[in-house]
Amino acid sequence: MSATVDVTTALREKFPQATLRDSLDHPAVNLPAADVPAALRFLRDERGFDLLADLTAVDWAEGASPRFTVVYHLFSTAGHEYLRVAADCVSDLEPAMPSVTALWAGADWHERECYDMFGIRFEGHPDLRRILMWEGYPYHPLRKEFPLAGIETPLPDAEVAAATGTKVIAAPMAGGPFVASPGEINLTEAEPRAKDESWNERHEKPEA
Amino acid sequence: MVSTNTELAYNSKIEGEVIVSRADAVINWIRTNSMWPMPMGLACCAIELMGVGASRFDIARFGAEVMRFSPRQADCMIVAGTVTYKMASAVRRIYDQMSGPKWVIAMGACASSGGMYRSYATLQGVDRIVPVDVYVSGCPPRPEALLDALMKLQDKVKRERSAKNLLSA
Repeated sequence: MSATVDVTTALREKFPQATLRDSLDHPAVNLPAADVPAALRFLRDERGFDLLADLTAVDWAEGASPRFTVVYHLFSTAGHEYLRVAADCVSDLEPAMPSVTALWAGADWHERECYDMFGIRFEGHPDLRRILMWEGYPYHPLRKEFPLAGIETPLPDAEVAAATGTKVIAAPMAGGPFVASPGEINLTEAEPRAKDESWNERHEKPEA
Repeated sequence: MVSTNTELAYNSKIEGEVIVSRADAVINWIRTNSMWPMPMGLACCAIELMGVGASRFDIARFGAEVMRFSPRQADCMIVAGTVTYKMASAVRRIYDQMSGPKWVIAMGACASSGGMYRSYATLQGVDRIVPVDVYVSGCPPRPEALLDALMKLQDKVKRERSAKNLLSA
């Protein structure tokens, strides 16, 4: 345990703006966005956090400031310990974060996914394109204001769209997202289904 | 004179090496029994599709064992799995590349209706981009269900006015 206390202390000595972050599992720190490349390089080279286990982001919803937080999960393969680093994006409207692809090549696709889903631009990324949605898709689906069902847009391929007359439509939700029931022994009961089956496309949702 | 012929099978000596039938019957017979599938395996249904092709269920019994990964050589596209909007253009293009006559089986809930994926990324039924002949329910369907779908499709093809369609084409 002393080793993990050391890492956050050492980080805060080196980067005075770093603060401890509430965490239920691994030690975690908050960093200002500008310190991210230097601090992560310090953690990788001096503290042995040689593996970037995950890179993701949090959208604290419209109106919150800071709105976007990028989260790095580091792992030390020698010390067998995790460290979580969180950094708020400075701008709420055009969120950006320095890229760490120079430190971990594996950050490449993580940052592309993060850009695709949240619209956070990673400055210095060698090839910042969408990775899951197609080029030209106008939204960032994991943002809080984006509905799960989606928003009507043209198909990615104009020729196919012209041949079929199909669009990307908002999916019919019919009683909400389909969710599985964990722990059910009866597979028929456990199958993914809408939890509220009292309404669907043909029967209106009853007044609450 | 009453024939004493007791032949049960075709005997060229008796028939004079001539078979009389309808063109539709012959064409449809050929088509139904050599329906080469284009395995459009996109998700877990593709595993069941492989099961259908393997020895236990053996789609070869219906003449459809020749999975063709080139659409040029395939007759029947089996859409097995979740079709995302990003993949939809590829599915449509492969369908366009298949030579006619061609048929489509939507295998499983996702291909038929989007299934449980009521989300921004998933095409809500492959019939939005290609004409579907047979839908198979299930998530994923049992191999028997896919064999049943193939038999249903064969029944449908057997009823086609193939000669008329060929001549008018």
